[in-house]
Amino acid sequence: MHELSVCQALVEQAELIARERQASVTRLILQIGPLSGVESELLRRAFPLASAGTCCEGAALEILAAPVTVYCPDCMVTSEVAANKLLCPECGNWRTSLASGDEMVLQTVELETRAANGNESTGQR
Amino acid sequence: MCDTCGCNITPGNKHLVEAGGKFSHSASGHESVEVLQNLLSENDHQADHNREHFHRHGVLVINLMSSPGAGKTSLLEATVRALGGKLGIAVIEGDLETENDAQRLRECGIPAVQITTGSACHLDAHMVHQALHQMSLDNIDVLFIENVGNLVCPASFDLGQHINVALLSVPEGDDKPAKYPVMFRAVDAVLLSKTDLLQVLPEFSPQRAETALRSLASEAPLLNVNVRSAEGLQPWLDWLGEQIAVFKSARETGAMGHFRPVTGQAHVLTHPHLSQFTPRENDG
Repeated sequence: MHELSVCQALVEQAELIARERQASVTRLILQIGPLSGVESELLRRAFPLASAGTCCEGAALEILAAPVTVYCPDCMVTSEVAANKLLCPECGNWRTSLASGDEMVLQTVELETRAANGNESTGQR
Repeated sequence: MCDTCGCNITPGNKHLVEAGGKFSHSASGHESVEVLQNLLSENDHQADHNREHFHRHGVLVINLMSSPGAGKTSLLEATVRALGGKLGIAVIEGDLETENDAQRLRECGIPAVQITTGSACHLDAHMVHQALHQMSLDNIDVLFIENVGNLVCPASFDLGQHINVALLSVPEGDDKPAKYPVMFRAVDAVLLSKTDLLQVLPEFSPQRAETALRSLASEAPLLNVNVRSAEGLQPWLDWLGEQIAVFKSARETGAMGHFRPVTGQAHVLTHPHLSQFTPRENDG
C-alpha cells in the first residue's frame, strides 16, 4: 500500500544523482527483501506513475530479491528460512539474527549522459 | 548530498572516477553509479532530525501501532487517567480522517495534535515534523505517536521514535505475528489488548501468540492488557515506568542517543511453548 511513497522516494533519489550529472536514468537496480515491508510487484506497478515526467521516465527497473537468512550464534550457521519463521532450522533456536532479507536499497543507477549539454531541469522534486 | 552521488571527489576516492572505477563514464556516454542507500533515506534523515528535537527537549517518544480498533486510543486514555498528574504526556494522532481521537485525548486534559493523512496508510517522519510545529514539548516527558491503524505500512517508516509498541487485540486472532512479520519483528513490546475477552474467545491462545512472536526471533515482551480495570492496565504501566526510568538516566548522563528499550524477559507474562524451541539433538 505504501509502495507509491517508496517509489516516489526512489525517483527523488535517482533524480538528484542524474541532475548533478546532467544525465537521464536508463536503469535502476534495487535490492528488496521479503522482510522489507515492500512488495516488489507493487513497486513495479507504481514505478511508471511515480516516474512520469521525471528523468526516470522510461527507465528499466530491476529488482533483486535477497532470500531471508538467519544466523544462529549457537550453530554458527547461516540458513535460509521463511519470512515468518526465523528460527534456526538446525537447532530450533529462536535467538537468531537476520543475515539478509530486510533490504530496501537503491543499489545502482545507470545513466546516459545527454548528447546536448543542455542545462534544462530534469523534473521537479 | 554529494557524498551520496559520487560528485565529491577527493584524493581518497579519485580512483573511483578514473577509468575503470565504479563512477567512470564509458565511451558510449553510459554511466553506472553504485548508490547502496536505503530507499527511504530522506525519511530517515527527517526522522533523525525529529529525534534530535526530542532529545533537546528530553522527551521519550513511543510509536503505537496496531490494526484499526485494537484499542490504541483507549490505552492512551487509560494511561493519561492513571499517570496524567505525575507525568507530562502529549499525543500525535494519525488517522485518514477526523479529529475524533485527538479530541478524545484533549478531553483527558493533555495536548494532542491530529494528523489527517487523507488516503495515506501510514505516518512518515515529515508528517510528524509538521505536527511538531503545532505543539510545545515544554514540560512533556513522554510523547505518544498513535500511528494509522494498519499492520503493514507503518512498520517501514522511522518517525524519530525511541520505542515501537504494537497492540494485538484478542478478537484479531493469535496468529497475527505470523501473518504480519515485518510489523511484529519491528516492535520492542507487544500488548495483548482486550484480555477481558479471553473468557468469551477461548479460541485465542496467548501462548500461540507468543510462539508466533518468538518465531520472528523477537525478544519483545508480550504484556496482557485490559484498560477497563486498574489491575489490567498495570503490566503496561510497569513496563512504561521502566522505560521512562532508563530514559531519564540516559538524559541525565547526556546519552539519550544511546537509549535502548528494556526488553527483559522478566516481563513476559505468558510463556511460549518452549518445546518447539528446545534444541533437538544436533545430528550435524
